[in-house]
Amino acid sequence: MRFETMALHNGNEIDPHTGAASIPIYQASTFHQFSVDQPGVFDYARSGNPTRQALENAIAKLEGGCRGYAFASGMAAISTVFLLFSRGDHLIVSQDVYGGTYRFLTQVLSRMGIKTTFVDTSNLQAIEAAISPQTKAIYVETPSNPLLKVSDLRRIVKIAKNYNLLTIVDNTFLTPYFQQPLSLGVDIVVHSATKFISGHSDVVAGLVVVKDLDLAEQIRFLQNSFGAILGVQDSWLTLRGLKTLSARLETSTKNAEILACWLEQHPMIKKVYYTGLPTHPGHQVQTEQASGHGAVLSFDVGSGAIARQILSKVQLPIVAVSLGAVESILSYPAKMSHAAMPPEVRLQHGITDGLLRLSVGLENVEDIIQDLAQAIETKVSIMISRK
Amino acid sequence: MRIETKLAQIGTKKARTTGSINFPIYLATAYEHIGGVSTGYDYARSSNPTRHILEESIAMLEKGDAGFACSSGMAAIQTIMGLFSQGDHLIVSMDLYGGTYRLFEQVLNRYGIQFSYVDLRDIKAVEEAIQPQTKALFIETPTNPLMHVTDLQAITRLSKQYQLWTIVDNTFMTPYLLNPLELGANIVIHSATKYLGGHNDVLAGLIVTKGDELSERVRFLQQSIGATLSPMDSYLLMRGMKTLALRMERHQANAQGLAHFLKEHPLVDEVFFPEFDPNSKRILSEQAKGYGGMLSFRVKEAKLVQPFLEQLQVFTFAESLGGVESLLTYPATQTHADVPADIRQKVGVCDRLLRVSVGVEHIEDLEQDLAQALQRSEEIVYGSESK
Ligand SMILES: Cc1ncc(COP(=O)(O)O)c(C=O)c1O
Ligand SMILES: Cc1ncc(COP(=O)(O)O)c(C=O)c1O
Repeated sequence: MRFETMALHNGNEIDPHTGAASIPIYQASTFHQFSVDQPGVFDYARSGNPTRQALENAIAKLEGGCRGYAFASGMAAISTVFLLFSRGDHLIVSQDVYGGTYRFLTQVLSRMGIKTTFVDTSNLQAIEAAISPQTKAIYVETPSNPLLKVSDLRRIVKIAKNYNLLTIVDNTFLTPYFQQPLSLGVDIVVHSATKFISGHSDVVAGLVVVKDLDLAEQIRFLQNSFGAILGVQDSWLTLRGLKTLSARLETSTKNAEILACWLEQHPMIKKVYYTGLPTHPGHQVQTEQASGHGAVLSFDVGSGAIARQILSKVQLPIVAVSLGAVESILSYPAKMSHAAMPPEVRLQHGITDGLLRLSVGLENVEDIIQDLAQAIETKVSIMISRK
Repeated sequence: MRIETKLAQIGTKKARTTGSINFPIYLATAYEHIGGVSTGYDYARSSNPTRHILEESIAMLEKGDAGFACSSGMAAIQTIMGLFSQGDHLIVSMDLYGGTYRLFEQVLNRYGIQFSYVDLRDIKAVEEAIQPQTKALFIETPTNPLMHVTDLQAITRLSKQYQLWTIVDNTFMTPYLLNPLELGANIVIHSATKYLGGHNDVLAGLIVTKGDELSERVRFLQQSIGATLSPMDSYLLMRGMKTLALRMERHQANAQGLAHFLKEHPLVDEVFFPEFDPNSKRILSEQAKGYGGMLSFRVKEAKLVQPFLEQLQVFTFAESLGGVESLLTYPATQTHADVPADIRQKVGVCDRLLRVSVGVEHIEDLEQDLAQALQRSEEIVYGSESK
């Protein structure tokens, strides 16, 4: 069965009791036990809830994994996965990982005795050089945020297997529609389902999918013990979003491709980051391991002043953090997603004051182009009067 | 303002533009930076208007400085544990909720955080357990399921002397009956799944902190770990809290009635209810406004348990507590299944122990149900020869 079909027909969409075409919202925290000796499938909603389970089963199918787990946010999913490790363990993580993941690793997990080395995971030698006897896992975000650096998952998995390491991939940007890391040999996939999977800027959610039953048991234990689970109504909303994932991503990716080309030719734009452009260094690997380039692109306008001008002049995209929604969202990484990163580290990673990230939505692309054009081309002199 | 009034008025007069009595459910994850400036809301994991009202309300009800809503009680506890680092030590109530015990012993231990389980009724034993690495006391009072009551004033005096934090799990008493922060505690946590939500329909956790520095640290952890409560569950929780005062009054009256009824019953060995223990009774009369709605009891023989549970008609045999419906729990296989059998025996969670969360039904129906189920189980186990 192909992805578009499986998103709608995966065995978790029909209520078995009534035939309802949408799984009911089981707003129950606890479940009656009909027998003392034979516990029911559900006992307490932190351990399992039928609505949440429908979502967990659906994402497991779509990612080609054996089990899925739903969490209160992408960070809750990521925090839970990191609880697999213990004091003394060492992790290798993509250098330009999402700012919240960076913050959790450097300010929370580090105090628990877990060390992290941040490396450019698009550079395989750098990964190998960072491995030590304590290393337990390689954690990769590809394409990365916001510079869309591509890491070669097949080759990373090979290295990881050589050294007996787990590989964990944050698949938020591409979703299983474009990229299925488990099929490339990865062990664990994490998602901020707040983004494309839900797709409507109305749910904060996280998902984890694992490849084998042993890992599944460990994640299930941690999900229940730590309790950072996804609420029932949010589980239902996420399932609802999932049904249109392929249609949404097709349209917004097409829009992103057109915009990337337009921006690349614009004289005021210093640089465009989009893996769909043949000039992007990760273009080739991306084409080999994913079936599309996604709907997020970044561009450098040269200075903080011009970036601010554009942010205040655009009419269509909402200026906000977040991405992956039906609406276009324009964000300013230096002040938003990567504000938690020290400026010198941020600049070293290429996240300049002139960098803007655009998550392209479902609007007509001509309207977005017109809007960006007027925002970019306004006279810079306006900005000079600013303090 | 008295607590009944504060509870009924949760969220009122806050929706300024519409005058809506109930605060709206804001599903939005992203918030536009209007004119380039943040409205104070950026991204829903960090802060969401609906969750904010809940957080403000619980802070006020617990007389603290800041409130935080998490996806479950366990998520609240894990978030608070983020305050500690490898090498730290905590002193903890002996008969702790099984899930908290599991988190401490099977997850946090791996990070080099150590826990000593002490009978907190014995202040001398507590003082003896303090080590140079001790950072905090974690208290459940009354404990689950044996209803041991801790003298919070005496404990916080001790923790101040040794510069330790006092963390109180106030799930059983709720702010309606007890305000640990007023007695010198630094942090209160709740499984709001229980009395605060009150309807067995929401899984939620709450944290209230005292002091700006501590509040800032917890805010950081809530956002970094990301185990936040969804807007819809935040709304449902506030809806539940509006009737907390009424419900607690009825829970208590019913619990007291049932406790006396069970105490007289020939098939019951022992009833655990704070009123029956002179020390607990004295402490609660000084520090709290009542005994709460929970009780436990031991039947004469373990073999009565199964038929008894199967004969119940009004009570639901399920894991959880604090809802309007009466629930019966068998701690040995449910809430405390993750506590090793020898420790379970030591603290008195034996296989004859049953825990009752007394609901708000009519007391006579509850009494009749227990009476008939006890009688039927006697007939099943002993046959007619017992007569
Ligand atoms: C790539 C990536 N991973 C993880 C996260 C964290 O997810 P959430 O915001 O749902 O906690 C985000 C988003 O903010 C993200 O962009
Ligand atoms: C006293 C106490 N604390 C904490 C918890 C954990 O809360 P939750 O089940 O909401 O995660 C529970 C309940 O299960 C509890 O009874």
